[in-house]
Amino acid sequence: MGTTASQLGKDLLSEYQELTFLTKQEILLAHKRFAELLTKDEKDLPNTRLSMERVLTLPELKSNPFRERICHVFSTSEYKDGSLTFEDFLDLLSAFSDSATMEIKSHYAFRIFDFDDDGTLDGGDLEKLVNRLTGETDDTRLTNDEMRQLISNILEESDIDKDGTVNLSEFQHVISRSPDFVSSFKIVL
Amino acid sequence: MAYSVSICQIDSDSESESDFENMGESEPDRSSFPLFGEPAASTQRCPETLQMDVFRECTGTNADRLPFPASGHVSGETLDREQMNPLQRHRWSAATLKVLSAMPSRTAGMRSAAVIPRRGRESSQLHRQQTSSCDSSHPSRTIPEDGEQADMEEVGTEENKKRQLMLDLRGLSVSEGMRKLRATPLSLADKMDVRRLAFSDLAESSLIGGNIACCSSLSVYISRTWRHCQFSCLPVLTSLQLWHSPMKRLSGRFGTGVLSYFLFLRTLLLFNLLLFVIFGLFLVFPQAVNPPPHPHGSNLDASFSDLTGLELLTGTGYISQSVMFYGYYTNTILKTCRAANSTAESSHLPVCDTDKPQTVPYSIPAAYFFTIAIAFFIICVILVYSMSKSFGRSFQVLKSNGNLAVKVLCSWDFKVTRETSVKLQSEKISTQLKELLSEVIPGEDKKSCMHRLRRLMVHLVAWATCLASICLGAMAVHYLSEAGMEQSLFKDAELLLLSAVVSGFNLLLPGFFNLCAWIENHDSPSVRVYVSIFRNLLLKVSIVGVLCFRWLGRIAVEPESRGLQCWESFVGQELYRLLLMDFVFTVLYTFLGEFLWRLFSKRILKRKRMPVFDIARNVLELIYGQTLTWLGVLFAPLLPAVQIVKLFVLFYMKKSSLMLNCQASRKPWRASQMTTLFISLLCFPSFLGAAVSITYVISTIKPSSRCGPFRNLTTMFQSGQLWAQELENAHPILSRLSWAYNAVLENPLFLFLASGVFLLVIYFHTQVVDGQRRIIIRLEKQIENEGKDKKFLITNLQAIYERSSLVSPHR
Repeated sequence: MGTTASQLGKDLLSEYQELTFLTKQEILLAHKRFAELLTKDEKDLPNTRLSMERVLTLPELKSNPFRERICHVFSTSEYKDGSLTFEDFLDLLSAFSDSATMEIKSHYAFRIFDFDDDGTLDGGDLEKLVNRLTGETDDTRLTNDEMRQLISNILEESDIDKDGTVNLSEFQHVISRSPDFVSSFKIVL
Repeated sequence: MAYSVSICQIDSDSESESDFENMGESEPDRSSFPLFGEPAASTQRCPETLQMDVFRECTGTNADRLPFPASGHVSGETLDREQMNPLQRHRWSAATLKVLSAMPSRTAGMRSAAVIPRRGRESSQLHRQQTSSCDSSHPSRTIPEDGEQADMEEVGTEENKKRQLMLDLRGLSVSEGMRKLRATPLSLADKMDVRRLAFSDLAESSLIGGNIACCSSLSVYISRTWRHCQFSCLPVLTSLQLWHSPMKRLSGRFGTGVLSYFLFLRTLLLFNLLLFVIFGLFLVFPQAVNPPPHPHGSNLDASFSDLTGLELLTGTGYISQSVMFYGYYTNTILKTCRAANSTAESSHLPVCDTDKPQTVPYSIPAAYFFTIAIAFFIICVILVYSMSKSFGRSFQVLKSNGNLAVKVLCSWDFKVTRETSVKLQSEKISTQLKELLSEVIPGEDKKSCMHRLRRLMVHLVAWATCLASICLGAMAVHYLSEAGMEQSLFKDAELLLLSAVVSGFNLLLPGFFNLCAWIENHDSPSVRVYVSIFRNLLLKVSIVGVLCFRWLGRIAVEPESRGLQCWESFVGQELYRLLLMDFVFTVLYTFLGEFLWRLFSKRILKRKRMPVFDIARNVLELIYGQTLTWLGVLFAPLLPAVQIVKLFVLFYMKKSSLMLNCQASRKPWRASQMTTLFISLLCFPSFLGAAVSITYVISTIKPSSRCGPFRNLTTMFQSGQLWAQELENAHPILSRLSWAYNAVLENPLFLFLASGVFLLVIYFHTQVVDGQRRIIIRLEKQIENEGKDKKFLITNLQAIYERSSLVSPHR
């Protein structure tokens, strides 16, 4: 079931509408923005895969510190290079949309923060996460002591089974305490 | 590491539901059970690497690690020590690590585990048990066979899962199944496969025949629109996508805090639109279509061409006699025809034709009274509903012992897109984390006594000054109002003086409060925000209180002595003037305060910092304007229209000022708690105050006898009673209803009973919440114990590997 970049079939559009959390306008807008990133030759091929560098030229993703992780998580490529097809792109927008459920958002947030892809957030993941959050400049970076203290505090607060890592359920438990998560985990085209 | 998991064939357990109801069941058993089943199985799958690693490891292992103590719980000392440490990666062998990474709690995030039903789990576990039981006696099998078997089994598991998912979906109705599929964290291609297989019949039939496709697409459209309505955070009347792209740009640059101000503005606009529609339809339109005759001998015979700009601002002259104000409305009953034997009063109407169906006579006083009552009731319902929803979202059942984890995991705002804003957000998060860590890391806690005393003095002085300034402002307004009463002169330009003074105080005093707060220098930024909101609120409440006293306590009581024929119109005009002056002053402040200040600080002070948008102050301004509108709607039914225009212009003005002059704030802003606070402020002091004042006016104050729809009545409430009486006389059946109304609603016993029932319900709910808290604590303890069990089992697993590798090192 391929889709050329020039048009989007009606039944395909309705199928996308049913399976994602996006409205028809949002899907069409996504199609338009995706097509803008393709070269002329690629426009005729079905199911083209955009490399990660080109996806990251989108203004909504360009400055996001988690942009590479986002591409990796939503990519269905065999080579794990973060490249996205149009359907992967729709998956991305659907998870970040207004109407996506809390479970979907927390699921994907967990995978984005899991830098080593092992299914839990351990100390290394948390350290990388904090570094991305605070920016890479010298005056905003935390010192080693502060980082250690922070990670041990985080684990103390959120690691319920005391195995030294935060798994998906514990992550969702922490998220449920923040009512702002749903509104901040949003990307709108 | 994760992709080797699939080879070891793990059927993942679902823990995606965040409710804890499943935890008490057999899941822990199930999750711990496969650990015994799997190691032998995994030994077959990757024996080569395993044997090598174990061999390498066994030379370095600790020989005195005890395997298999008798009890399942912590008993031995060495195990005690090990179980205290978390599962550190570097201590375990590769095989153990493989098993660890294949644990259900870790693979829950990787697979589409959310919808795997229990049947599937059991069947594949059975499969695994059989393999493990027959193979445990032959730990060393040749590798290639296992490799192929592993691959096929991996593919088999995928297909198995999809099949299970499809079977699960088939059992549900189409819409339910679709909703479930949509909420599954699968990739879109997988979802399309599953959908095709699960709903193949329906999918095919939808492609055939355009009618069916049309109907299903229509229903899809309707359900989608309904879902969007449901998902909107306030019960908005329409899913209005008003101002969608400007708001997106604002949130991209300034974040969620500033966005909440604009969302609040949009909400107020919709409230006013609702009011305008209700009033326009039931009140303004019928009266505008049947204009009253000109009052004879009136000296206010103005015409449209005489309208000057000043009159537009003061609301006098032509406008005072228009449909805008109370005085225009008559106390007649509008009919389209008259009865045959009626008097000459309505001689301009045609005689009623008894054959044709008669239109219902429309009584203006009753319409006025009931429109006000019903509009306020609807708004009350909407406000209470949105407040409860907002409160429910931000309420936390269990108070956490710290909020560092929440701050780290949930605080990144993905909507922010500009690079400078992203940097600013990083800085903000970094500052917050450092502040929180400095509180946690034991530092110099002890402030000296002198220091604390000094801070207390500073706080006291600041509060005293603020309260004094509020009192001063209120007294100034009161004095001015009294002075105006003495003279009882109502010239045009002087009328504006009171409104200008009120708006001036509203503008200047919050700046003064900011200065005090800057001197006070609170420790916690949220305390600062709450203090600022409280002071602003106090100011506005006192000013509105003084004005209400002026209108209801002075003007309404003795209107004749002030030379007023129609006091309600006068009060309506005052409110109109206040609204407009408020708007004018806001425009001036935006221009002078923000634009000129930016130029000043750039050119003269040579600083790069631009002013920050003060969210709390601006929201309170909006609430103040809305309070005035609600107060004034009784006296000037078209006031919501004025407010709509004002809010519309305000949006664009604030947006452009923000883009040009302001920068994003460095202070943290908890958006949803603030939104809850604003909605409750809108409901409680603002709406409740307006409703109480209106009720007071309607039930107690005598309406003026020469104008308006309630002339010749003792109170406005009487019109409702009279109308009910007339209706009763016309239809005797309704007398039962009115008897019921009198017995129930005007009887104090009923009110006591109702309040008693409400209090009971609230008490039960608090008890339920307490009980939930206790259960959560207990369950957390249980999970901790399960974690200890897990560590114990992993340790034993490691010991088994080491022992088996010692026994047979080469395979």
